[in-house]
Amino acid sequence: MFDVAVIGGGVVGGLLLRKLSSYNLKVCLLEKENDVAMGQSKANSGIVHAGFDAKPNSLKAKFNVLGNKMMKGVAEELGVKYSNNGSLVVAFSEEEIETLKDLKQRGEQNGVDGLEIVYGDDLFALEPNLSKTAVAGLLARTGGIICPYELTISAIGNAMDNGAELFTNFEVVKIEKGDCYTLYSSNGEQISAKVVVNCAGAGSQKIANLVGDYSFEIGLRRGEYILLDKESGNFVSRTLFFTPTKKGKGILVSPTADGNLLLGPTADEVLENVTDTTKDGLESVMVKAKQMCDKVPLYNAITSFSGVRAYSDKHDFIIEESKQNKGFILVAGIESPGLTSAPAIAEYVVDELISKLLRLNKKEDFNPIRKPDYFFSRLSIEEKNEIIKANPSYGRIICRCEQITEGEIIRALTENPKASDLDGVKRRTRAGMGRCQGGFCQPYVAEIIAKVKGVSLGEITKKGKNSTLLVGKTK
Amino acid sequence: MRNCDIVIIGGGPAGLAAAVSAYDNGCKDILILERDDILGGILNQCIHNGFGLTRFKESMTGPEYAQRFITEVKNRNIPVKLNTTVLSLTNDKIVTAINDVDGVFQVKAKAVILAMGCRERSKGALNIAGARPAGIYSAGTAQKFVNCKGWLPGKNVVILGSGDIGLIMARRMTLEGAKVHAVCEIMPHSSGLKRNIVQCLNDFDIPLYLSHTITRIDGKDRVIGVEISQVDQNRRAIKGTEKYIKCDTVLFSVGLIPENELSKGAGVELSLGTKGAVVYQNRETSLSGVFACGNVLQVHDLVDFVSEESELAGKSASDYVLNGEKIKNSIDCQAKDGVSYVLPQKIDTLKSGDVTLYFRVKGVYKNCKVVVKDGENTLLSIKKRIVAPGEMERVILKEDKIKSLSSSVQVSVEVD
Amino acid sequence: MEKVNLTCIECPLGCDIIVETDGGKVLSVLGNTCPRGDKYAREEVVCPKRVLTTTVKTDVDKMLPVKSKEPIEKGRLFDAVKTLSGITAKTPVKIGEKVAVFDGVEIIACMDVE
Repeated sequence: MFDVAVIGGGVVGGLLLRKLSSYNLKVCLLEKENDVAMGQSKANSGIVHAGFDAKPNSLKAKFNVLGNKMMKGVAEELGVKYSNNGSLVVAFSEEEIETLKDLKQRGEQNGVDGLEIVYGDDLFALEPNLSKTAVAGLLARTGGIICPYELTISAIGNAMDNGAELFTNFEVVKIEKGDCYTLYSSNGEQISAKVVVNCAGAGSQKIANLVGDYSFEIGLRRGEYILLDKESGNFVSRTLFFTPTKKGKGILVSPTADGNLLLGPTADEVLENVTDTTKDGLESVMVKAKQMCDKVPLYNAITSFSGVRAYSDKHDFIIEESKQNKGFILVAGIESPGLTSAPAIAEYVVDELISKLLRLNKKEDFNPIRKPDYFFSRLSIEEKNEIIKANPSYGRIICRCEQITEGEIIRALTENPKASDLDGVKRRTRAGMGRCQGGFCQPYVAEIIAKVKGVSLGEITKKGKNSTLLVGKTK
Repeated sequence: MRNCDIVIIGGGPAGLAAAVSAYDNGCKDILILERDDILGGILNQCIHNGFGLTRFKESMTGPEYAQRFITEVKNRNIPVKLNTTVLSLTNDKIVTAINDVDGVFQVKAKAVILAMGCRERSKGALNIAGARPAGIYSAGTAQKFVNCKGWLPGKNVVILGSGDIGLIMARRMTLEGAKVHAVCEIMPHSSGLKRNIVQCLNDFDIPLYLSHTITRIDGKDRVIGVEISQVDQNRRAIKGTEKYIKCDTVLFSVGLIPENELSKGAGVELSLGTKGAVVYQNRETSLSGVFACGNVLQVHDLVDFVSEESELAGKSASDYVLNGEKIKNSIDCQAKDGVSYVLPQKIDTLKSGDVTLYFRVKGVYKNCKVVVKDGENTLLSIKKRIVAPGEMERVILKEDKIKSLSSSVQVSVEVD
Repeated sequence: MEKVNLTCIECPLGCDIIVETDGGKVLSVLGNTCPRGDKYAREEVVCPKRVLTTTVKTDVDKMLPVKSKEPIEKGRLFDAVKTLSGITAKTPVKIGEKVAVFDGVEIIACMDVE
């Protein structure tokens, strides 16, 4: 019997699990995919928003500003790359400057510090590659960037190091309510928990429906992105947004925490959680990116992808106990600025909601620190040599583009939460994420996975289920 | 930090030939750094034949061709470090490398030869719509799996790109029991060698769709099919021409890119045309004492020319170390009408010897003339029955012409 | 009399060759630029042959690239690959060493495997 079961291994569920693991509770995380961070936490913009977007007094506004302030500390503890690079909402007309003024005012009302509108030469001094048609920009100094899946994986890994349990390939299909909740997976497994937190993102409505809660509806919006080579990572230094219009926020042009350049996302209503990219979507990203920065080096694209974001019909975060189900907590509709808000949401859910349901005692030996997954290439020569001496696998480069060693790959396969497929290794180590997109390292990474897991190469998958890499031996 | 006369980055065909040549020209203190556990580079997975016809007058497989040079290197006892990846190169020729025995180590070289080869352009660079399931490989990755690991990546295959590796893999996978349903080429002509169209596609009745591309990849876990479309002259898909092909594997053979991250880090000037270093006729880059050869410099069609170019670079590096040879009088060498690049990009008019100009044309031209000019003055005009982007062209400028160059050398294609 | 258009595969030039035949007899070969092309064309219209390159297993965890020393009949390529699938090369094997015979043609190693 678990005290708390969290459904959904995204950034919200992950940071919540970590928070829960700091108490003397038996907690677990249920994830329907082969790995964590497989939904919207895998493919979003990775922006730590300043907090001027959300309507004052909304949950979005509250948690955004709080989360923004917490993010640096959380990232440091978890060893996650984070940069306080600042953001700039760019105006291309007088009319848009008026919107910037409104945004600035709204931001100040929300408690955002350091907002300033910059014009003309000052603007281009900040971002020389902006299109010359830009006239002004709202500079938000507290804006930042972080890798969303790295944050999610690290949070869950840290929670597991502190005693939390993870069940992957556990798709909750039935929930029975008695003295506690019993959750059944599609594979026929079951677990029981006193408190259940629904952080299932795109699946949160389905999960709520399983306990008869029909209080909200989830809509899906697909966002397509194009990622450019690290060579273009310095093309802009801040996250550049278009001025929001009635039609929406438009795309952004931003460096990523890993040093690439990211363009996107589009925003298309979709009925299914399908992350296919489309020709029209990718083209519109290119067109809009060129509007923002006419010299954007599109030829340096190394991949394109899309993510599906879940939003609720309430158009604000839903963070509350289900009306008809005591002990069943809803954390749903966490659309942008959900990533930024996640650390604050996790605190709130534990401090304000779970504290009323369970006795919370701090775990004395809780360790909030996690050794970063991605660390080796940043060490000095002397430090590297000490590690290689103790463990020669750190002296073997497997991914040449990102300079990732065998040691790091083995670590990703053996430390919490353990990677079990090619994409899992990629998200933890960046092996295969560089300019050749795994062309060279994929056979080697697959062999290392097979060796560590003690299985044949033929069993290695890209991302679990039926995604095997190979169909059989040639002879 | 240890010192070395010549450090060669890469032990593939370029690095091996450069090492032998540098040694035979008098410079004996050489170190080859190779990331793989054997010498020979990409040739080890190119098990098909057709290598060496120009150089050895016989048709060899990739590993056989490599072995000739490996033997030469071994006979000279030239030191090699295997399983060693170079992490960085500085502009004062300090090479930082890593392996599991020495750890991270640095070597200060008098001369460096860049011989890192090239990489395949990835599917990601093409912005093709659809999902990202398993079963999408670059042709070279599939080649590695099939030829070196003995595993088949898929049974029903569609290939995008008619470059030689794609064609070779069409045959290879067919022989190993897969069915190749189509090879799509976005251009109206194949970018591979004609002989490979015949012996890799025609021999096995594999259809080649010219002016076609893949417009969507279908499948959630594993590829289940692709949509291909015809393209117009601007290479844009034509609506209404979509055709769905069921398959479990898509191979991309859409071009090779010289792998110059180390060169960039050292501040070596790169050429937009070749994506490799800008070099003089001796294959010296903009950084004095740093030389480049093989596919890291320009993507060759034939390994025979890689060897030839690398011997030149090896000799030059040896001359640089032993005699302090420096560039004296530089003039530019430029690609003009119909030509996408010319190599070398710079010529030192005071160096002795003929200069071979390598170039590629932008399109297919029939009954044309290749014209080489010095400013307004025509130096050479050579009639050609046909030239195509898929085949590297070369012309030789004689030493006397080099000595009298005054302006800049320009290469163009003229059609009557 | 029949005319057959061929693309020579002997070298990267890929010469377009026209072969005139009469009742299976080659009358003339035109378009080739070397003697190898002539030989190829005469064989191609009668009995096309190809050099086979493939791999065989070894008794260590490595594949051995092999080739047929001479071209074998085009129609027999699949059978050759199938036959070779059943063979395990004993290591150490040296480049040029015979590992099998198919249709009277030696199949030889293309690499040293320790």
